[in-house]
Parts: sequence; C-alpha cells; structure tokens
Amino acid sequence: MFRTALRNVLAHKARLLMTVLAVLLGVAFVSGTLVFTDTLGNAFHKQSAKNYDDVAVSIDVFDTSHSDDPEERKLPSGLDDKTLDKLGALDGVASVTPRVTGFAGVADANGKLIGTEWATNGGNFQPGEDGKDRDYTFTDGTGPARAGQIALDKATAAKGGYEVGDRVRVAADGTAREYTLAGIFTTEDGEVNAGGTLTLFDTATAQKLYREPGLFGTATLSADAGASQEKILRETEKILPANAEAETGQELAAKQAKAIETQLSSLNQMLLAFAAIALFVGVFLISNTFTMLVAQRTKELALMRAVGASRRQVKRSVLIEAAVVGVFASVAGFAGGIGLAVALRSAMGLTGAKIPAGPLVVSPTAVGAAFAVGVLITVFAAWLPARRAAKIPPVAAMSSVHAVATTKSLVVRNSIGGILTLLGAGAIVAGAAAGSDGRIMIGAGAFLAMVGIIILIPLLSRPVIALVRPLLIGVFGVSGKLAGLNAVRNPRRTGATASALAIGLTLVTGLSVLGVTIGQAVDKATTANIKADYLLTMAGAESFSPESLRALEKASVVTAVSPQQPVSLTIKDDWVAGSAVTAIDIDQVLNIKTVSGSTKTLAEGGIAVAEKTAESKKWKVGDTLPVTFDDGKKADLRIGAIYEDNELLSPVTMSTELAGPHEPEAYIRDMLVKTEGGASDANEQALVDALGKNPAVTIMDHDAIRNAYSGFINTALYIMYGLLAMALIIAVLGVVNTLAMSVFERQQEIGMLRAIGLDRTKVKRTIRLEAVVISVFGAVVGVALGTFLAWAIGETIKSSIPGYALVLPWDRIALFLVLAGLVGVLAALWPARSAAKLNMLTAIKTE
Amino acid sequence: MTTTPLAYQATAVAARATDLSKVYGQGETQVVALDRVSVDFRQGEFTAIMGPSGSGKSTLMHCVAGLDSFSSGSARIGDTELSTLKDKQLTKLRRDKIGFIFQAFNLLPTLTALENITLPMDIAGRKPDQQWLNRIIDLIGLSGRLGHRPTQLSGGQQQRVAVARALASQPEIIFGDEPTGNLDSRSGAEVLGFLRNSVRELGQTVVMVTHDPAAASYADRVIFLADGRIVDEMLDPTADGVLDRMKAFDAKGRTS
Repeated sequence: MFRTALRNVLAHKARLLMTVLAVLLGVAFVSGTLVFTDTLGNAFHKQSAKNYDDVAVSIDVFDTSHSDDPEERKLPSGLDDKTLDKLGALDGVASVTPRVTGFAGVADANGKLIGTEWATNGGNFQPGEDGKDRDYTFTDGTGPARAGQIALDKATAAKGGYEVGDRVRVAADGTAREYTLAGIFTTEDGEVNAGGTLTLFDTATAQKLYREPGLFGTATLSADAGASQEKILRETEKILPANAEAETGQELAAKQAKAIETQLSSLNQMLLAFAAIALFVGVFLISNTFTMLVAQRTKELALMRAVGASRRQVKRSVLIEAAVVGVFASVAGFAGGIGLAVALRSAMGLTGAKIPAGPLVVSPTAVGAAFAVGVLITVFAAWLPARRAAKIPPVAAMSSVHAVATTKSLVVRNSIGGILTLLGAGAIVAGAAAGSDGRIMIGAGAFLAMVGIIILIPLLSRPVIALVRPLLIGVFGVSGKLAGLNAVRNPRRTGATASALAIGLTLVTGLSVLGVTIGQAVDKATTANIKADYLLTMAGAESFSPESLRALEKASVVTAVSPQQPVSLTIKDDWVAGSAVTAIDIDQVLNIKTVSGSTKTLAEGGIAVAEKTAESKKWKVGDTLPVTFDDGKKADLRIGAIYEDNELLSPVTMSTELAGPHEPEAYIRDMLVKTEGGASDANEQALVDALGKNPAVTIMDHDAIRNAYSGFINTALYIMYGLLAMALIIAVLGVVNTLAMSVFERQQEIGMLRAIGLDRTKVKRTIRLEAVVISVFGAVVGVALGTFLAWAIGETIKSSIPGYALVLPWDRIALFLVLAGLVGVLAALWPARSAAKLNMLTAIKTE
Repeated sequence: MTTTPLAYQATAVAARATDLSKVYGQGETQVVALDRVSVDFRQGEFTAIMGPSGSGKSTLMHCVAGLDSFSSGSARIGDTELSTLKDKQLTKLRRDKIGFIFQAFNLLPTLTALENITLPMDIAGRKPDQQWLNRIIDLIGLSGRLGHRPTQLSGGQQQRVAVARALASQPEIIFGDEPTGNLDSRSGAEVLGFLRNSVRELGQTVVMVTHDPAAASYADRVIFLADGRIVDEMLDPTADGVLDRMKAFDAKGRTS
C-alpha cells in the first residue's frame, strides 16, 4: 500500500505542487517565527548579561522633592559626594560611577529635534582619575569639562552635521541654550544603539539641569574580583536613604532578560497567530486537492477494492500519500523558515533597530513544530477525502459514470452550517447588545459564524452567483454565461476555494472597518474641536517656560494663544482635574460648545464646568463652589458656563490669572496657537524663531495632530494587511489549483467548444471569468462577515470612545473586491493558457 | 462512377480536397496519413467516408473541416482555402460555416438542450433565426424537452440535439465524426434518418465518417479510404452493398 501511495505522489507531482506550496508557506512562517524569536532572544540575553557584566550593584534615587508626603520631601533628592565616598569605601567595591540623567533634545540647523522625542537623553560626563569615562569612547575631541560644553554620540553628531567646535542648540528643560561641542563619542548604551540621541554635559551642569547641584540620580558599583554582589548590596542598603533603590547586576540582567522575553513572546504569539490563519486557509486547499485526486482516481480505487483491498487500506493509502506530501513540504518549509528568520532579522536592522549579533538558534522545538504542523495539517486536511475514497464501492470500477456526491450529504451539510451560522450570529448580536462585557461572546460567535458560513458556502454560491449571471452575460456574452455556470458546477469545490479568500477578507475587512471607525472617532475628538492652527508640545515631559508663552503672545503672526495648564483642585472634599487657559483667547483656539452660560465669564474670574461633571455633581450656572487650590488656599468660585465634554478640556476650566498665583511652577505641556492667515511654512518658522529655536518643542498642524493621535492605527492596519497577505497568497494557490483541475476535467468540453467556433481568446476569458467570479464571491462573503463583526465589536467599545460612529470605508472595501478580482485574473493565468493551448482533436477523442 | 445523379449535376461544391497530404514524423518514422487525396463534397449531398481503422478517414474529415492542419495540397470550404488561414480565422470559419457532430461530448452539461442548440450563435454573438430554429426543433421532435439538461436526455436524444445544434446556424456543411458510434441501432437509425431528412428537406450538405455499413447506407454517396488513399466510391449505397465492398477490401488487404 505504501508503494502505491508513493507512486501516486510521484504520478501527480504537478497536481500536488499547490498543496506542497501551501503547506510549505505555513511551515515556513511557523518555523521562521520560532527561529527568529529564539535567535533574537538568545542575542538579547547575551547582550543584557554583557551590559551588567561589571555592574555589581546599581542604585537609583527617586526625586521626592515634590512629593505629597512632607516626610518624603525632607529626604535628599539624590546621592551626594559624601554618600558616594562611603559607597566606594565599602568592602569589595572597586569603583563607583555616579550618573545624573534626564531629557536633552538636540536641534538640527533649522532648530528641529534630532531623533524621536522618547529617546533623547542627557547625562553627565564623569571622568575617572585617568580623565576618561569608562562608558564612553571618544572618537573626536574630549569630554565636556566645564559649563557651556557638551559631547554628542556619533550618530547624532552626524545627523546634525556637527563637528567638534561647532555651536549646538540643546534643550534640557523648557529653554534651549547654545553649547560648544567638545567631543564626539561612541557607547554601548542600548538606547543610543537603538537610534536614540545622547548628550553629555559636565557633571555640575548636568546636576543643575536634572537634580540639584552636588546630587546624582543613579550610581553603579563595580566589584573586586571574587566579591559577592549580595554582600555589597546589603552593605549598600545600610548607607542609602529611604527613597533609593539598589539592585545587584545579576538581578538587573535577569529582569531585563525577562522583559525582553515577554516582549518577544508577544511578538511570537502575534506572528504565530498569522501563521495559524495561513495554515487554516491552507487546510481548505489541501482538502480540495485530495478530494479532486480521489475523484479522478475513483475507478482506480474501485479496482483496488475489487481485487481485494479493504476500505481501511484504501483510506490509509490516501493518508500516507498526504503524509508524504506533508513531510516533503515541511522539509522545504523549514528551510524557507530559516531563510525567513534571517530576512526578518536584517529587515529589523534596516528599520534602525540595532539587534545584537548572535548565532542563528535552531531549537529542537522549532524543528518539531515545523514537522508536526506540516505533516499533521496535511493528514488532517486529507482525512475527509480519504474517508470518501474508502467509501467508493468496487462496482464503480465497472461503471463509466463517476460517483457524484449525493444530495443527502449536502442537506446534512447545509443544516449543520445553517445552525452554526445562526448560533454564531445570535451570539454576536447578543454580545454586541451586552456592551463592553460581550467581547468574549462575540469572539465565540465569530468563530461559530465563520465555520458555519464556510460550511454553507457551497449552498450560498448558487444564488449569489446566479445574481451576477445576467451581468456576466450582458458584458461578456457567451464567455460570461459559461463562466457563471461553470463556477457553480461543483459547489463544494467552489465553496472550498472561495472559503480561503473569505477568511482572509473577513479579517482584513473587520480590521479595516474598526480601524477607520476608531480613527475617525479619535479625529473627531481632536482636530474637529481645535480651532487653533497649531498645537505646541514640549518633549520629555518638560514644561514650557512662562517666557515662551510671553514670547508667543508678543509674536506678530500669533493672533491667539492659550496654554493648557493642569490645575489640581479640591472642591467639597473631592479632587477635580482642572485646566487653566487664556480666558480671552480660548474661544479662538478651541471649539467650546456651551450648554448654558458663557465662556466670557472666565475672564471675570468665573469657572466653566464640563457637562457630565456638572450633571453628576448637580452643579449649574450661577452656583458658587468652595475651591481649595494646590497650595492650600481657598476661594469661592462662581460657575459661569457649562460646556459639552471635550477631549481637550478638563472637567473644570479657569483662567491662568485665577490659577497662576496658586501654581508657582506652572506646568505647561501644550499650547494652542492661532496664527495670522492660518497654518503655513512661514508661520511655522516664525513660531520656531519666537520660541528660540527650541528643539524640544514639537509644532503640530492639524495633519500632524491627526497622525499623532490616530496615525498608529493606520500603521497597525498596514502591518496586519502585510501579514494577512500570507493568507491571500495561499488563497491564490487554491484558486489556481481549482481552475487547473477544472480545466483538466473539462478537456473534452473545451475541445468541443473550440471545434464549434469558440476562439482561444474567449476560452481564456471563460476560465478567467470563472476565477474572478469565484474569487469575488469569496471576497463578498468575507467583506459581509467582516463588516458584521466590526459592527459588533464596535458596539462593545462604543462607550469608551466619545463620538463613536460606525464608518464603512467604502473605498477600501471596493479596493479589496477589486484586489480579489485581480487575484482571480492572476490565478487564472496559467490554467487559462493551458486551456487555450489544448489540442482540440485529442480533447474530443473519446477515451 | 460515371453516372452522376441528375439532381446534383449542376450543383456547386461545398468542400473540396485537392492533392491533400498529411504526413506525421520524419525520415524513417514517417507515417503518411493522407496521400494526395482529391475529393469534392457537393452541396445538398450526404456523403459517408468509410474505411478500416488507420485508413485516414477521420484525418481527411478533420483536415477538410479545419480542425487539423495538413502537410501539402489544398482544402477548401466553399471558396475559402484553408491552408492559408490562421487559427483565429479557422475558428471563425468553423463557427460560421461548419456544423459539427461528434461521437460523444457534443453537449455542455451546464446548458439546457435549447441553449446547447443555440450555442454557436451565442458564441458568434448572433441572434438565431427564430423561424429556422422552430423548424429544426419540430424536425428533431424534442420540443417538450428543450428545457432539459443533457444528463436528463437519452443518448439518442442527446445526439439529436447535437444535430439540431449543427443545423441551427445554417452552416454550409456539416461534418459528423461517427455520430452514431455510441448509440444503439434504433437511436442511431433515428439520428441518421434525421440527418438524411435535413439533406433532403433543408438542402443541407453532410459529410460523415463511419465504420458502420448500415449508417453509410443512409448516405447518397460513400467513399472508401485505405492507407490514406481513396480506393473506391459508391452512389446510392445499400448496407449490404457497402458491407460487400468492405469485405472485398479486407480480403484484398489480407492477400496482398
């Protein structure tokens, strides 16, 4: 039996090619993911061990000078030299390296920030006795020795085009200052290697910028050879103040490794989820192929039964055939997977993320998973066809008629499919109605509905395709007519082919509808409420200086400007978030919809309250509230206006004049600016100049704001599309497969059609149209199901997103359908060609 | 062979082969399927081509019908010389001027009987001549089953639909390749009678390849092929006469 199975595999090489490709792709994705994450994990593991190689104990002191607890405020907000000396004198400690770090934005020649906001660091240059800092190797110049000097990492200096001796604008707090570049260095610092910028100041300057003169934020201790890290830690803890935290290098390395592992495992899971989708789609293709192989071999198998093979033997022979295909595809897929892992690593390198070098790690798990997935999936997919093969009666060998699927099995199939679909749809609707608690229900429902629809697809194919048949006939004439009829000739096969596309399209559409809907909701919540031309933000959680605000107020192009200054308030024992704004300008920069009262009262010392807050606290215009400010001072304030809730405004709004005296250190992270003549390059430059070319300031126009808030949604969508393309490729293979089979089976028909006058072009067109009809049918089913799912999920998140309204991205949906059509055309290329090339005379000859 | 029936004397030629040769392979392995065959198929005549297997009877029909290419000589349908035509033009010629009836697989299983009949016009994008169509449908006597699919028809009925399809587009000539080869004798007789009627009553030209003397007896004229050459011809044949002639060839073949 094994020999027969092997012979069959060899005899149908071309036919099995698509199956092999589908399994291969899935296996490649699975093994590629595993090898990639193993390799990355290994490399990071080694790197983090190396990072903490000579760190015995690391100390971090929290700045508690602004703490709410007066006891904590008394603690030193850093490590002073005396403590450091004590640490250095500890038994087993070889050296102490103190650091004081914080935000430092470096400007390029135009005053714009180099690098991204969250990886712009500043620190101190801490020379040892030899005048060198062991963490930094200077390639040019020297470390900063006095105030007014800085050093930059090599990449940042190159990006800004700076050389030693140049003047560089750096903002370490709200104000930008000019420094002389004393040196350029390289470092092993992970964030710098990942593309971040690092600016070094002399220690005194860094302390002044980031803590207090004479105080450091962190320190690392290195140990003498043979000294115990734990022992040093115990000694260290005795010396340190209460707001300090110390950890051994080993602990830190383990912690970092763990963090990396968690990150990698979520990446791993995401990639594997897509591999699973691809394989799920592949199951249909494999099952389809084997069904067709069995159908073609009906007589052969019947003959085997007639000469004495048992059902079990027939079934086994088909399964062995599948296993052989699976093994073969797994080997190829695993090789492809290793290639994929290498490609992924270099692709990540290209995006700027620096990945530590390391050997390719091929774990036994990865090998095992690849083969288990490849072989099991293939055998599993071939199970039903194998059962069907075993059911072929020996008498089929004698009759010339091919066994046709009985209608009974379709009835059973349709009933099961119908029930599952209804259950699934019911669960989805119920989940949607349940709101945010219904998500699990929707998930389960989605799965049921998807399985149900897949089972039902053969049934659906007839009426749906019949619907477009008049169009096909009208536009393409006889080709369209034949294509429409051929597409529903074997509903099971059409169904299995269309299912592959339907699954992919369900996911793509669902994600798109949700993504676009949420994106628009976010958009509405932000830009729609902003009348200002620009939103200015300060990087590194720093505050704009009061001078910046004044500079903007004075700037000629600025017509209105308001800060968004958080104010902490206690009203009748409840803490309430407030914001202070420029009373006279606020209506020009924000779209405030007042429910009652007027925002003009803000200028007269009144406060304005958001509608929901007012409702819950039962406040109304004219009420006077006892308010306690952050500094403990009390005031009775009158509500002058109630406004519709707005993402950009706190529950309570007041003027800066009112809040100013109580908030001596105003924290202004955002400013809204309206300029003469609206947003323009010139106006933007004028703002940059007015703020002293501060690199820490980000100036965003409406597009940039939109991007900042909802841009990530699009990025995420594009990544998803890329990954789901895998499922699409397998779907294309499925369509190719089905068409190739159909063309093969209909040779005689095609020959006859050619003889009575159907030319090659029309033969090709007929095949192509059939492919397009099947593909678009699958796509339509997918789009419908995806939209339904997106609606349901949307219902559950509605409450947490203000301004939520379902948006159907018709342009994208249309694009998906057109793409599905293209998939059909593409898949039909080869089958259509072979159909057109068919030799008429051999085709019409009877067997 | 000198006595040509008066009724056909002045009529034009529907298809003609002149010195038609078809050679497969080259050198030593060369096989001559047709050896300088010259024959006329006159309008309104029912011709049967007979001969043992491998005599070249099917090849002759395929070449004259524009289904197959030939090595040398000429084949014409009406005034059209086939050797100069490209595949596209040949396809168009077959569609517009020729009707075909094959041994099997004449009908598309997805189309109804009527749709199968009008298929050549559908392909050409022409409207069928409704009067003509009605006449043919009457003739084949399947008016009650036009909505049926081929699988719901008997073998004889299927072949009658195939004949109707060949007639429907009013071709200049109809070629049949063993049209009754798969049928029992009664169904075969129906189809052949129907073909003969189409020649008698509609003035159609029919050329049919067959190995069955009974089938050949329905024709006006039988030509006999052996080894790629025309070896004999018989007018107004009878089944017995054809059978005798065939036996004679067989005997000659065996003795030579």
